[in-house]
Parts: sequence; C-alpha cells; structure tokens
Amino acid sequence: MATRLFAAPSPHLHGGENTRRIMGDVVLALLPALAVSTYVLGWSVLTTTAIAVAGCVAFEYLICRFLLKRASTIGDLSAVVTGVLLAFNLPAGIPWWIVLIGSLVAIGIGKMTFGGLGCNPFNPALTGRIFLLIAYPVQMTDWTTNVPDTLSGSTILPTIKYQPELVGELDFMQMFGGNMNGSMGEISALALILGGLYLLWRRVISWHIPVSILATMAIFAAIVGAGYGGSTIYELPLFHILAGGALLGAIFMATDYSTSPMTHKGMIIYGVGIGIITMVIRLWGAYPEGMSFAIFIMNAVTPLINKYCRPKRFGC
Amino acid sequence: MRTFPIGGIHPSDNKEWSKDKAIEVLGLPDEVKVTMIQHIGAPSTPIVAKGDKVLTGQLIGQATGFVSANIHAPISGTVTSVDAYPNGQGQRRIMVVIKREGDEWMEDIDRTPELKRECELTSEEIIAKVRNAGIVGLGGAQFPTHVKLSVPDGQKAEVLIINGVECEPYLTSDYRNMLERAEMLLTGVEILMRAVKVERAVIGVENNKPDAIAHLRDIIARDNYAGIEVMPLKLRYPQGGEKQLIAAVTGRQVAPPPALPISVGAVVCNVSTAIAVYEAVQKNKPLIERVVTITGKALGSTHNFLARMGTCVGDIINLAGGLPEGDVKLLNGGPMMGRSVVDITAPLIKGCSGITVLSGAEAARGKEMACIKCGKCVAACPMGLEPYLLSKLAKLQKWDMAEEHNTIDCIECGCCSYTCPSYVPLLDYIRIGKQTVMTNIRARANANKK
Repeated sequence: MATRLFAAPSPHLHGGENTRRIMGDVVLALLPALAVSTYVLGWSVLTTTAIAVAGCVAFEYLICRFLLKRASTIGDLSAVVTGVLLAFNLPAGIPWWIVLIGSLVAIGIGKMTFGGLGCNPFNPALTGRIFLLIAYPVQMTDWTTNVPDTLSGSTILPTIKYQPELVGELDFMQMFGGNMNGSMGEISALALILGGLYLLWRRVISWHIPVSILATMAIFAAIVGAGYGGSTIYELPLFHILAGGALLGAIFMATDYSTSPMTHKGMIIYGVGIGIITMVIRLWGAYPEGMSFAIFIMNAVTPLINKYCRPKRFGC
Repeated sequence: MRTFPIGGIHPSDNKEWSKDKAIEVLGLPDEVKVTMIQHIGAPSTPIVAKGDKVLTGQLIGQATGFVSANIHAPISGTVTSVDAYPNGQGQRRIMVVIKREGDEWMEDIDRTPELKRECELTSEEIIAKVRNAGIVGLGGAQFPTHVKLSVPDGQKAEVLIINGVECEPYLTSDYRNMLERAEMLLTGVEILMRAVKVERAVIGVENNKPDAIAHLRDIIARDNYAGIEVMPLKLRYPQGGEKQLIAAVTGRQVAPPPALPISVGAVVCNVSTAIAVYEAVQKNKPLIERVVTITGKALGSTHNFLARMGTCVGDIINLAGGLPEGDVKLLNGGPMMGRSVVDITAPLIKGCSGITVLSGAEAARGKEMACIKCGKCVAACPMGLEPYLLSKLAKLQKWDMAEEHNTIDCIECGCCSYTCPSYVPLLDYIRIGKQTVMTNIRARANANKK
C-alpha cells in the first residue's frame, strides 16, 4: 500500500463528541425513570413508550424519505429521545392511537416542518404533548385506567388545587421515590435526579437551566405560596419541586439544545422565566400544572435571549 | 493555579511520544532550499545569485522594510539556483538553493559552546542585533521579533512574558529547550529584559511539564537570574495563544484588535525565540537552525532534532522511519493549529516547531451534520465569540453581520471545530469570513485615505 498525503485546514483533531452519543446519553439518563414508572404503574408504561418511540422514528424516516426526499436522519437518535420524552408526558394507559397522533405532531409539526434537528423553535415532545392536552383533554388527564389500587386515581397537583380538603398528610419520601400517580416519566424525583446527574457528569447539560428553574420555583413558592388561600402544603417549596413535571421539565425538556439559549447567562434568564411562569400557572392559572406551557413560552423567547445575551468578548 | 479566563479545551497532549528524546544535532544536509518568506510581513529580497559562494551565517536575503526579516545561509557552499519552488502547501515561493561544500562559517560568529552571560549593550543595540539576525517568533507565528521588541513611543513595557506553554498536542521542542538549554534560555531572557527595559520576566509553563518548571527554577536560583520567575499554569488549550497567556499571567486582557499586548504592558516571546536571541546577541549567530520535533503515533521513531533551516522535510521524516503507508496527514506544527504539508520536498522553515504525522483515522473528519445549537462552541471559544453564528454568517456571505459579531477577533485556535458534536467545520467557514471582513476593512481604510 502506498502513502497518500491528504490535506485539510486546522484543527486536525476532533474531540470525539457526537450528536448520536449525546442523544444516546439522554436516553440512558431516562432509563431509571422508565424503570420506576414501570414498577409503579405497570407494563403499559413500556408499551406506551415503545409506541411513542416507534411512532417518532417512523414518522421522521417517512417524512425525510418521501416528503423531503433526502437522507433519513433517524441515525442521530434524536427521534428516539423525542419519543421517550413524549411518552413520559402521557398517562400510562392512554390509547395507542393517541400516542401515535402525538408522535406525528411532535415529529411532523414540532420538528420536521422547521427543517429537522436543530432548526425547531419549540421542543418537539412538548409540541406533541400540548397538542394532545388540547385535543384530548379527557384521555390526557385520565389517571385511573392503569393505576394499581394502592395509588389514588388522581394526581396531586389538580387535587391540591381544586379539592384541597381531600389531601391529607403528604409523604415527601413517597413523592421523592415515585410512589404516586402522574404522567409516566414524572413520578420519581430520585430517578430523574439520577439521570440529571449522569447528564451533568457526561457534560451533556450544564447546571444552569435545571438549577435556575427549580430554584426560582422554590423561592416563588416560599414567597408567594404563603399568601395562597388553599392547602398549606402549597406553600412548601419542596412540594412544588417534587410534584408534577417540575423535575422532568427542568432536567430533560427545558435543556433541549435547539430550543434553549446558548450562553450561561441566557440559560439562567430562560430558567428563571420558566420557573416564574410555571408557578403563576400552578397558583393562579386555569391548569393545575404549568411546566410544559412555561417551557413552550420560553422556547419562543430563546432567539431573543440569544440576541441579547452574547458571550463576553475577550478584552472588553 | 492560573489560567486564561474564558473558553478552552483539554485535548490529550500526546507529548509522551517524543518528550524523552534528547535534542539530536542533525547531520548537515547536502542541499538546502531557503525560502525568502519565513516570516509575517514583506518577503525578503535575495541578494545572492546562481554560482555565488556563501558561508554559513552569511546574509542571503535582505529584509524588505521594517516588518520583514533577514535570511541567512544555513550551510556553506555554492548557490545553485534562485527560483520558485513549492513550499509545504504546494505554493511556489522564491527560494535560494545552496549545495553544500564543507562547513565554513562567517568569521564573526562565535561557535564556542561556553555560556556568555555578560551583556552591556543598550536596548537599541540589542534590537539591532536581533533584527540583523533575522529572528522571528519560533512558536509558529513567525512574527519578526525586532518589531515586537520595539516598544512604541509613549508606551512602556512592564513585564516580559516568556511562552513556555507549548499547548499544542504532540510538540516537545520548547520543552526540550527548557530542559537542555536552560542557561541559554535564561540569558536570552535577561537580554530581552534589557531590550524592552523591564525588571520582571515571567516564564509561563503548563503544569504537565513539572520537570521543566523545577529545572528552570533550580538554574535561576543557582545562577542568580534576578527578576525571572517561572509560573506554572493550569493545563488548558490554547494557553500558548499570546492574549491567553498574557491574561493567564497578568490577569489583564488585551483589548480587541487592533490593540497590541503592549497596551497592557506586556511583551511576549517564545522560549525557543529567547534562545535564538541569546545566540544572536552574545554569539553573533543568525537564525539558521532550530529544534524541531518529529512525532506521531504511526512513525517508526520520534525525535527532537536541531536542524538547519532549508533542510528537506522528506529527508527529516526518513530519519524517523519514513511516512507510514495508507492515508497520512503531515503537519507543519501540531494538530490544533499546524498546516497540512502536501509536498515533502518542501524545506524546513523558521516557524516549524514540529512535524507531526497523523494517520488517516486520527485526522479523519466526521460527516457534517446539522447544528444542534448545543452551545459547546460558544463555551469553548477563548475569545468570547459565537462560532456557530460566525460560521453560519460566513456560509450565508453576510460579511457585515460577521464583522458586527467580531469575527476578526478569532485567533483560529480550532477549539470550536474540535468540540462540535455535529462535525461542523466551524473554523473553515469562520476563516473565510474573517479574511473577507479583513479585506473589507482594509478597503474601507484605503478609500478613506483617498
């Protein structure tokens, strides 16, 4: 074999990071939450997740090949992440065809209409969830279909908001571990935090977005929750962090690269915004949970944040 | 431990391949090709013609103007040709070809090995000697050293910073110089301190070279080199960048272009350059040789050679077992900022601190995918720029916007391309944008003059 010299401009080395590995890491980080959900809520968690993932990957493949007529991009695994996250935002026993519609909206409208990965202004999984929440409000809030007898048929946020008298003593350890009802992926704080720590360790995400969201929610709850007329639990910062989709949203949804700011300063503004909007919706809005809307709204503000939060220029 | 304020990456340094190889004096080449452009600035003018006899150290290329550098014969013999030959990148450049006859040196060059420490020359005299000797930055930039040392009127240097960082992976020539030629280096630093009239010099060395740090400190204490301090720096690329090093050592940031290091009172010089300054000032020896690292995982052997300028790169590689088979990337310099060499008949030049050989697999570029806006390039940029944006603006040919976003601040360190998980060749695009913007700025300045 002969020697062939080839040329290219510098740099001549690459750090080895790639999109596929990053997406793979996110999927890996979501596995503990999937395991806890399956344990608590039953096997339907796995089938629903499988349907969502299969739907997202299939729709991305079909849209690439037959509508856009270009090479398929499913190899980057981002559609898998979208599928898992979408499933995590659904009640476990939701009919399979609703899951497929959600996948189509997430990938079709949320992602591919804008040009695919990196071009979408809104988190695709959230786009799918919000569509389903508006289109199928009954099924999306029906927590009774698959739930074991030990758990209540409702989730904690609506109960505490609309029927606070039904809420007795809350066991924060149960909320932390995951022994409560809710969307598939949001029930175990412990599993989500484990996943988050893994992503931090792998440097897939930085602390700025999750910490600023959760800190804002906690501070908001401590200050404003005290003046709220409902249950006293509502005042507890810890309750707001453990209930609903706070952790799933803060660690996995809000940190989506394409739809969150680029600089650390921007990330903190974005996180604080999400925290405030979530709490405003939870305390005074029409919905018991506001995480997805808050992220969605701040996704829309991200380009503006990027425009005004530039990195600090060297020497200035 | 100190380091520069923003950005940066941690590539594996790969210095173990050549760091323990002592400097070997390379046998004299039978022929050299001496390029008339081995510096930033105007090409030098050849002052010899075919058939002329030259001595080692004789001036053969005259600097053209202030920002330019003299060029001297690296060997003695007969000029066989003054013509255009390909450089490493395959571009044809005027070169003086000398066929060697013996080893006859210019008489005024002191070839004794004894260290000559006393220097009573004034700043102007030192700078004149540096200028005559054709010394340029040996870290790779090839900027004429006498220009750097000429502190403009009204400005004052406060500290001399000696760059012993060698943050490029693989390269070890500065490291070997610090270990093996510490006395020459420190005397060179004393001379440079006289030249820029400062009482304090700091040698910045990254902490992956603890033996070099300890050795320099020992010699400083043993031989009383007053005012010279060795500062260990936290391992981080591109710490050897001039602005990064100044920020790491002094905590002060040089303002964006056109501001120069002297605006924060700093003058920066590479360790190998300081040794060349010592030889020029104390021994009358012009810059005709340098230490060059020959390294790479795929090479038969690795070396740190003391080689004459103009030596054929291919001959040097043959001494390391020749190029490996298959796809090979040959670099003048290290893998982060070095330039691809495509013609191995090209000569060794002043700025070549190393010849790095990368296998095809090691240097392979991934297939470019869509930017996922992860922000890793923004976090890695040591100049506080937004590489993803600058690259996109260049792609879209939005030159005005690229200028607004300070594309000319880019130091081309390559951190952005290195970190990009989508294999976007960010720096390739940014370079195009930067060059176009610089051309536009110059055109505007010229139009304003008229």
